[in-house]
Amino acid sequence: MDVQATVLEILADLTGNDVSGAMDDNLFDSGLLDSMGSVQLLLQLQSELGISVPVSEFERSEWDTPNKIITKVESLV
Amino acid sequence: MLSFEPYGNPTYFAILGVALIPLVIGLLYGRRSRLYETIISIFFLVLTFGGPKWTQGVALIVYISYEVLLTWGYAVYRKQKNSGPIFYLMVILAILPLTIVKVTPAVENGQNSLIGFLGISYLTFRAVQTMMETRDGTLKNFQIMTFLQFMLFFPTISSGPIDRYRRFEHDYRSVPDRDTYLGMIQKGVRYIFVGFLYKFILAYYFGQILLPRLLQMGMQARGGFLDLSWPVLGYMYVYSAYLFFDFAGYSLFAVGTSYLMGIATPMNFKQPWRSPNIKDFWNRWHITLSFWFRDFIYMRLVFWFMKHRVFKNPRTTANVTYIINMLVMGFWHGVTWYYITYGLFHGCALVINDAWLRYKKKHRESVPHNRFTQWFAIFLTANLVCFSFLIFSGFLNQLWFTN
Repeated sequence: MDVQATVLEILADLTGNDVSGAMDDNLFDSGLLDSMGSVQLLLQLQSELGISVPVSEFERSEWDTPNKIITKVESLV
Repeated sequence: MLSFEPYGNPTYFAILGVALIPLVIGLLYGRRSRLYETIISIFFLVLTFGGPKWTQGVALIVYISYEVLLTWGYAVYRKQKNSGPIFYLMVILAILPLTIVKVTPAVENGQNSLIGFLGISYLTFRAVQTMMETRDGTLKNFQIMTFLQFMLFFPTISSGPIDRYRRFEHDYRSVPDRDTYLGMIQKGVRYIFVGFLYKFILAYYFGQILLPRLLQMGMQARGGFLDLSWPVLGYMYVYSAYLFFDFAGYSLFAVGTSYLMGIATPMNFKQPWRSPNIKDFWNRWHITLSFWFRDFIYMRLVFWFMKHRVFKNPRTTANVTYIINMLVMGFWHGVTWYYITYGLFHGCALVINDAWLRYKKKHRESVPHNRFTQWFAIFLTANLVCFSFLIFSGFLNQLWFTN
């Protein structure tokens, strides 16, 4: 399964926005993601891609743009 | 024997300055002397917890041995097994001393617990965080000596900022290159001097000069609706200013001193009075505490609730967790009605804030957004925060429940 497409789909679902046009925008600064959204993202990644990321592995600065999230997820699958 | 409040007076800074010189020279030449760092750490711990405060010193030693034993024991155990109940038990044991210290005054008529000492909560945060990361498997290489240095790092021992084990370890095990370190010295010295302005001039003026007067005026003006009066309003703002300058000043000292030691302890304040909403306020006020609560209570609880599908709606999950999170923070400040109300107030404020942000997102066209609304948001947030600090200050308790 294509990681990029899945991540973008999850993000679109979570934020209510299509983020594919702003792959390097900071999702936390723009208010699209928050702690709650981060946890939902982790759970979605777990159920859809089978990767498990413990909460303490979630370093915000490494997960704050769509591109960074995709890179991170690709390194984990 | 000499005894000091950390960063309490000029003599402390003079001693600190002299003690840091060999360390600074060493770092400039790319060396970090563990031995020297340990010696000055112990020296400053003795200055803080020795002499007339020796009972606190004993409490600290017993407490540290206990926490090290637990954390180390858990790290050893975790290499073999990973059982939930054991983990919860260890966390409960780790926060037990702090719980006793916090509950004792409430049940013993304001008497302080014998096992308490300055900074016990901050040490508990560090120990619990280390345990949680060990459980997650994020922290694999637990080193007892590094952990001790992390716990007893004297610049931040009494009131934070609350660093994280892995971040601290990274700095502690390396030596910054000369350019980076020169930058750190520059920043560190600036932080300490801004700290002087905040703590010894502004906090002093607000806290020692203005506040007692307003307190007296407010007490004399009792009798009206809820005993409120203009001096009470004045007290609210002056107390908030005092609280900010006092704590931000202290934090600047702690961060500045860490920088001089080549450790980039995270900042605790980031222009909190510019926050356009309460959620943002908690990203800017006492940052290392609120992030600790975010990462180790809020996110974990949300994760647990969602995984076990406790609530149908994610919004309910978020809201319930906000309230729990801030209530815990309230209780942590102390078991009094005003600290708990303060926590509840912020929990509710976060729930309302979130609902408003959702509404705004949905009705982007109809909600105006301009310079005026921006200023209004900042003004409203600042006032809500000041009101919460009035609750926090305990002044209302004095106003309503004393003669």
